[in-house]
Amino acid sequence: MAITSIKNLKEFSTNNDRFEGAHLLCPGCAHSMIVRELMNCTDDNLVIASNTGCLEVSTAVYPYTSWDTSWIHIGFENAATAASCAEAMYKARKKKGTLPDADAPVKFVAFGGDGSTYDIGFQWLSGAMERGHDFTYICLDNENYANTGGQRSSATPVGAHTSTAQAGSHSYGKKQKKKDMVAIMAAHGAPYVAQLAPNKWKSMAKGFQKALETEGPCFINTVSACTTEWKFDPKDTIHITDLATDSLMFPVYEIIDGHELNILYRPKNIIKVEDYLGSQGRYRHLFKPQNKHIIERIQKDIDEKWALLQRREEARI
Amino acid sequence: MSKGLEGNDNRGARELGAEEKVGWDEVTQGVVLHSFVGESKNAAFLKPEERVYNDFNSYTATVASWRIIKPIYNRDICIDCQNCWVWCPDTSIISRDKQMLGIDYDHCKGCGVCVEVCPTNPKSLLMFNEAADNDAELENWPVKEKKAK
Ligand SMILES: Cc1ncc(C[n+]2csc(CCOP(=O)(O)OP(=O)(O)O)c2C)c(N)n1
Ligand code: SF4
Ligand code: SF4
Ligand code: SF4
Ligand SMILES: [Mg+2]
Repeated sequence: MAITSIKNLKEFSTNNDRFEGAHLLCPGCAHSMIVRELMNCTDDNLVIASNTGCLEVSTAVYPYTSWDTSWIHIGFENAATAASCAEAMYKARKKKGTLPDADAPVKFVAFGGDGSTYDIGFQWLSGAMERGHDFTYICLDNENYANTGGQRSSATPVGAHTSTAQAGSHSYGKKQKKKDMVAIMAAHGAPYVAQLAPNKWKSMAKGFQKALETEGPCFINTVSACTTEWKFDPKDTIHITDLATDSLMFPVYEIIDGHELNILYRPKNIIKVEDYLGSQGRYRHLFKPQNKHIIERIQKDIDEKWALLQRREEARI
Repeated sequence: MSKGLEGNDNRGARELGAEEKVGWDEVTQGVVLHSFVGESKNAAFLKPEERVYNDFNSYTATVASWRIIKPIYNRDICIDCQNCWVWCPDTSIISRDKQMLGIDYDHCKGCGVCVEVCPTNPKSLLMFNEAADNDAELENWPVKEKKAK
């Protein structure tokens, strides 16, 4: 099986892109950085399913497609359903001997936004994970329903301003904590789950390759900085993602077989979450005196989570 | 826009959105769009210039008109690190055989990410007004910046 080399970026760049330009994602959108990397980390045929969201509506604007692989568009809830059922069909036809090119290696991948993954497609994702299909589900987590104007999702962190959890004189933005989707997926008994970030391209490519090579249902949450809804300059997508991983707002780690936790990126200098929050318009209101305690709460949550991840890594539980 | 760089003849051949429109009730339901003409081969083994792109492939469309600023590439300083390649969201950095060749101006949206991630000093990529003349800007390329202490 041909898996492309990711020893260094020069070698990685010899891959032939299978995700084309003239899609309609915003300039600087991280969704396409993540998708390109997934498609470049393997030479295998890909069957990809995307449900409704920024990625899907921007890469299949009739009469165009930006995908050089098999790609299925399906309704909001069903990225996992489409990918897992394509996999089931493929297996069945292989068994019956009705596949035209049965020996060609093929991988099944689903892309969903956080709105679909954490909320609206949650049940269908859970079902596909439980059925145990051989596929990889990748959540493009931009922490809001970006495609419909930035509503809050259960992936939106405490304190973020969204169009349905607005900051104002009586509100500091979203009140509830972000759902821990990685833990929920690990609890399904998935053989490989991870949280990865596009600024750490190598650990992301390695994680993608591991997920594709692992038999069974794998889940990856990727941090996808959204210039439009997070409110930052499009040129800063990678810088903002650096702040996200270096403040540990988005720790980068994997969990194998539900218990073997490995931290994949340990910042040399852990930065204060203030520096991350201050880089984006959606958190601007938190710097008002009456909201400072929210920043303290976010920092405390981060510190506790990081301590927990490290304890779990050590204890292998 | 002149190609001048590795690419397929029909790259960016049409303005996105300029195609003939049909009414919502005239669109074929459940349509399949073929990315390539003829039998589909695994594109992972073909460079863009070796592919036979179908008109349905967005490769054949251009979004150049989205840009108000554009990156200009200075080969003389570039160390071919490929940072710009891995992080370009619009598949617009043209690299072949570990070398950065230049920018695909048919698909670049002018986000400026490539400039931010370029590690050389001075940078090998800089943003300019869309109307700027590439050759003139290359002549006036900034010199090495001293590190702020
Ligand atoms: C069942 C259903 N409910 C609502 C919608 C409208 N809708 C389309 S895209 C979208 C938001 C997608 O958010 P997310 O999944 O986070 O992806 P993003 O656009 O942020 O990448 C919504 C609510 C829909 N298409 N189908
Ligand atoms: S709104 Fe956000 S996620 Fe959607 S295309 Fe724009 S930057 Fe990307
Ligand atoms: S400006 Fe943006 S779209 Fe254009 S080449 Fe640079 S990274 Fe790619
Ligand atoms: S980031 Fe800069 S140095 Fe690296 S390949 Fe691109 S232009 Fe060259
Ligand atoms: Mg989203």
